[in-house]
Amino acid sequence: MMGNRQNVMIKGTKDGFILQLDDQCGYDTLKYELMEKLSVQYKALDDQPLISAKIQAGNRYLTNEQKEELREIVRSQKSLVVEEIHSNVMTLEEADMLKRQHEMSSMAGIIRSGQVIEVEGDFLLIGDVNPGGMIMAGGNIYILGTLKGIAHAGCYGNEQAVIVASQMRPSQLRISKHLNRAPDTDKNDQESHEMECAYIDESDQIVVDRLQVLRHVRPMITKHEGGR
Amino acid sequence: MGDAIVITSGKGGVGKTTTTANLGTALAMQGKKVCLIDTDIGLRNLDVVLGLENRIIYDLVDVVEGRCKIQQALVKDKRFDDLLYLLPAAQTSDKSAVEPKQMKELVEQLKQDYDYILIDCPAGIEQGYKNAIAGANKAIVVTTPEKSAVRDADRIVGLLEKEAIEPPMLIINRIRNHMMESGDMLDIDEVTTHLSIDLLGIVIDDDQVITASNKGEPIALNPDNKASIAYRNIAKRILGESIPLMSLTPDKKSVMQKLIGFFGKK
Repeated sequence: MMGNRQNVMIKGTKDGFILQLDDQCGYDTLKYELMEKLSVQYKALDDQPLISAKIQAGNRYLTNEQKEELREIVRSQKSLVVEEIHSNVMTLEEADMLKRQHEMSSMAGIIRSGQVIEVEGDFLLIGDVNPGGMIMAGGNIYILGTLKGIAHAGCYGNEQAVIVASQMRPSQLRISKHLNRAPDTDKNDQESHEMECAYIDESDQIVVDRLQVLRHVRPMITKHEGGR
Repeated sequence: MGDAIVITSGKGGVGKTTTTANLGTALAMQGKKVCLIDTDIGLRNLDVVLGLENRIIYDLVDVVEGRCKIQQALVKDKRFDDLLYLLPAAQTSDKSAVEPKQMKELVEQLKQDYDYILIDCPAGIEQGYKNAIAGANKAIVVTTPEKSAVRDADRIVGLLEKEAIEPPMLIINRIRNHMMESGDMLDIDEVTTHLSIDLLGIVIDDDQVITASNKGEPIALNPDNKASIAYRNIAKRILGESIPLMSLTPDKKSVMQKLIGFFGKK
């Protein structure tokens, strides 16, 4: 353990800097070394445009406060901005949250007036959503039945979320912070509402389209690979 | 052990009280021992519809608070020989005078002596509703073919499905033939698919229902009226008989259908 062992390594790549932090030393040691390194190396680069930096913490667990502190230290160097902090370690709580966010919960039944279902991940409903009923999902909403109430996909801010229904007659569609309501002139059988999907298009509008367009506009929905 | 059936709707004015009075009457006519409970404390009127208003001495709140025995508060309907009783609501208190737990005990006690206990629920989903459903093991949801009533019925069905009672059954009340035909009213199919619960019966809107309840004689006593037959049919269905739904368009039947109908009646 000599004093010249490097706890912070800075690498340059074409996408920006990578700050590799040693995961064995104490946090305070690391912090001061990072401060020191940054203040020495980048004094001359004041007039440069912002460069993104990634922090790799290896097998060190960083609390949110520590992450914020590290961001602050790097941010104090005018030309650097932390794009992401990567660590191999997370708490069980975080892992559980992550799991829930990527899980699809399903339910067979009717969501009636006044009932609200809230899930963190995707939601599959086998049944109808009646007027006055509501589904809120952090991810996508799939309804095998008629959507007559409100569906709110990506309710924690996921703009990529979609709403799919066998029969699309919603009173409101909400995706992330966007909202779209049914036209007032509701002549039910004017056009087909079968097998439709709703998503946010390039101009930040919720659009309702044929189900078949989904594979082009949201290819990431496909999670299955392979097959014969 | 009898069945305790709560009659509820969410929305007011769709005919809960009328339905309770008439189903009670029709069940008593079938020879069943029936007790009707009015849980609309502060706004009682089941006694008026039954014509028993001036015989009330004690009420639901008196029983719950121990001022009298259940038997003392029960009002006997003289038209039926010892078969139909009413436990009236108090008029001077409000809904908070009774707790769901007390209602449950009361209904359990009545179940020993009666075949059917029909509980007339107040409008709304607050304390009065909670009291009304507390003792019930079955539920009937009354609605009219109007969007607003169906919406509230949907809410109630949702709430009932969370309770430990049998799946609720539906009565569509106040059906107006000509409006349903012209499409100005929701039709029966629309209502039942929307609520997706079992349909127990349909009742046609009839002026005589109002006349009868003003007189304090439930329409079910009248043998010729269409609404009366509808209530009697519903009572029979509650007893487990299988009776087809009443046809809504008798005027437009062809001669042939009339003949079939005539022979089918036997």
